[in-house]
Amino acid sequence: MNFFNEAKSLTKVNIREYGMYIALFVIMLTFSIMTDGLFMSSRNISNMLDATGYIAVLAVGMTLVIVIRHIDLSVGFSAGFLGAIEAIFMSQLGVPFYITIPIILVFGIVVGMLNGFLVAQIGIPSFVASLAGMLIFRGALLMVTEKTGTIIVKDDHFNAIGNGFIPSLGKVGGLNVLSLILGAVAILLFILIEISNRRKKQQYNFEVISNSMFSVKLVFVSAIIAYVTWIIAGYNGFSWTVVIMLLVVIVYQILSTKTVLGRHIYAVGSNPEAAHLSGISVKKITYIVFGSMGMLSALSGILYTARLQSATTTAGTLFELDAIAAAYVGGVSAAGGVGKVTGSIIGAIVMASLSSGMNLLGVGISYQYMIRGAVLAAAVIFDVMTRKKRS
Amino acid sequence: MSDYLLEMKGISKEFPGVKALSDVSFKVKKGEIHFLVGENGAGKSTLMKVLSGVYPHGSYSGDIVFEGNVQSFAKISDSVKTGIAIIYQELALFPDLTVYENIFAGNEIKRGSFVDWNHTIMRAKEMLRMVKLVVNPETLIKDLGVGKQQLVEIAKALSKQVKLLILDEPTAALNEDDSENLLELLRELKKQGITCIMISHKLKEVIAVADKATVLRDGQTICTLDGSKGEITESAIIKNMVGREIDDIYPKRPDKKFGRTILELKDWSAYDPNLGRSVVKKVDLHIKQGEIVGIAGLMGSGRTELAQSIFGNPKSYKLVGDLLLDGKKSNFKHPQDAITAGIAYVTEDRKGDGLFLIQDIKSNIVAANLHGISKRGFINENEEVKISNAYKQSLNIKTPSVEQLVGKLSGGNQQKVSLGKWLFVGPKLLILDEPTRGIDVGAKFEIYTLMNKLIAEGMSIIMISSELGEVLGMSDRVYVMAEGRMTGELAIEEADQEKIMQLATQ
Repeated sequence: MNFFNEAKSLTKVNIREYGMYIALFVIMLTFSIMTDGLFMSSRNISNMLDATGYIAVLAVGMTLVIVIRHIDLSVGFSAGFLGAIEAIFMSQLGVPFYITIPIILVFGIVVGMLNGFLVAQIGIPSFVASLAGMLIFRGALLMVTEKTGTIIVKDDHFNAIGNGFIPSLGKVGGLNVLSLILGAVAILLFILIEISNRRKKQQYNFEVISNSMFSVKLVFVSAIIAYVTWIIAGYNGFSWTVVIMLLVVIVYQILSTKTVLGRHIYAVGSNPEAAHLSGISVKKITYIVFGSMGMLSALSGILYTARLQSATTTAGTLFELDAIAAAYVGGVSAAGGVGKVTGSIIGAIVMASLSSGMNLLGVGISYQYMIRGAVLAAAVIFDVMTRKKRS
Repeated sequence: MSDYLLEMKGISKEFPGVKALSDVSFKVKKGEIHFLVGENGAGKSTLMKVLSGVYPHGSYSGDIVFEGNVQSFAKISDSVKTGIAIIYQELALFPDLTVYENIFAGNEIKRGSFVDWNHTIMRAKEMLRMVKLVVNPETLIKDLGVGKQQLVEIAKALSKQVKLLILDEPTAALNEDDSENLLELLRELKKQGITCIMISHKLKEVIAVADKATVLRDGQTICTLDGSKGEITESAIIKNMVGREIDDIYPKRPDKKFGRTILELKDWSAYDPNLGRSVVKKVDLHIKQGEIVGIAGLMGSGRTELAQSIFGNPKSYKLVGDLLLDGKKSNFKHPQDAITAGIAYVTEDRKGDGLFLIQDIKSNIVAANLHGISKRGFINENEEVKISNAYKQSLNIKTPSVEQLVGKLSGGNQQKVSLGKWLFVGPKLLILDEPTRGIDVGAKFEIYTLMNKLIAEGMSIIMISSELGEVLGMSDRVYVMAEGRMTGELAIEEADQEKIMQLATQ
């Protein structure tokens, strides 16, 4: 009985957060049933995650931009443009990828800082500043691809970032060994970190969730990791895209929740005046957040170029809106100060699942847009309602 | 038929936790200039908001009788229709529209479904003549000075066939000449039969133009003075304004020991480029270790601006003069510099620029000193909870847990969180701006006790307050400000309410 009460109160407190996972679960379950399990097949899930990687990394950066009450519309075409520069470096200048990738990422930071400069220093609304950036990068992308048209990249190592998989190290029962090992390591790490956190809390004499609830949590999350690993290992194993995506999420999750910088970002978002009077430099934070957004759009451009094995004249079109939609579905608040990196990733996966599932069902593209729009609206309505209830 | 244009009878109005007005009666005769005076928070503005329908009928108790009829205004436009116009301190004009568009905004002259601009401009010229304002009606409002904008507001009111004109501190932002003009105009309008209620802190002008003056204190009518009987004098007004006894809600400090001088300001001025005027003018101030210095003054006297100019200048004023901290000349470019130097500033507007309302208590408490709970940029969340819990206990913050959102706390508890946040910085000088505004007596007492404890531990406190009782009850020395200037410095032994009021209304 006690156990259920605890579960109940935990659910109540975290309803917004759990809501998203539940929504994702429902969507996946529905599509699985409707497609006779085809949706949850190793191949489909693997493809779906690969296809959403370049949006997901943008959504992570966009989360922080929206948290500090701004927006960045330029990320789509700056990703396209930087991806094209990457392709030019490699195929026309013959510079190897391990040199060009860091250079492009730095370019991205510079581009983002430029936006930050316009917003923080000059005081232009970010909507306008980044709209200008969007037009400029669109033009720049056309300029560099105009003469040659599509620029094909022939470097297999580079293209593996968008299409390749981590080495398999053999197969056991059709499953890739290295991927299985990675999954097992992840579960082990998760359990160790959770236990150590719990110990530390107990050392402080803080209240912790009951032993039974704690075990349930460990088993539940481990089972999910195991299941996802099992699905992915059944096809070609973890792709490089997924590995990069996971790394970005982990780094940004730690940065936003565990560091002083992260606290400053959320402080600026929830009340800029109070943040300023608390000794936080709002300008510096704005530069950093836009700089990180720029770096992630460069990464997105690299992922997309590698995925297509070429740079095209239209690369990056509407990426920014997909990223913004993912962030909002993931529970970021337009009023600022609220929103999690993990939420936005789930948001991106929700949107990708919808596309993938509807494609499998053969739903026409016209309906797909409308349904995705409706889901976006529904997610924000849910957000507003739960927030009203709590206050 | 009574000869009163307006009678407000037994008006009471409550806000959650505060009784703003209790049984106030207020009568205004036709054609008089009636002043409403009282300390900040006495209930003047609330009373006028009740009258103009900002607080709709039903949200207060009592009757409003206007021209012999009981009125029940549900919204502002109802009172406007009846002939009551209110002009707030913060002008409600559209800066990017022309004078004539502003005068008839919301009250457009139409021909059919379209606005008749020619007629509008003609009528606007008439109105401007009435208020003796010589400007082209096509001028944009933002190109006019504040004094002229004020006149446009009055012209706007007159265009609505106003019978009762209410002005809320109209001269607060005006210079001498503009104020004189405005008062002259009011006398003129009186001759034309327009009745006028005016809220003002400047006693000189009350004495100069008032026919009657009603004094409010703590949400109650104290008296109505009659100018024709020579009752309106400075001493009479002040006596009635402050006449409250200082009760013993101010805990005593037995031994007072002052150390070295912590902070000194010499010839300190601050110019606000946004307002285009100086907000702090040649101020000299000093504070010793272990001392509570009170800064009294009325709203808009430059006290908050002074505090912010010390605390890293967040509003980017142009500063002139010297700031000496521990005898060393200092120049803080950002609040962070001031915090590092050991200054903390608890803001006046805790919801606006003090707290992060959508964050929990613990995040708020550590917000100004994250380095105190982190190593190499990583936050120790357990340490955060531990420290917050310690403050929760020592400050007696009433909440089930430090995970509670600050926006959900009561004013007093929010103020304690604010204090906790700044105490965690470990300051040697604490600037408190209206530390007890809007909080109940119990929490006030706790905050006073805390202040005494901090002083005993060697901290220095600058307390800005509009509550004279608090200033007199807590301070060791009192500065009084008026219009950006330091108009007086009083040792606590020689300070009393009358003297402070006199200096504050200079």
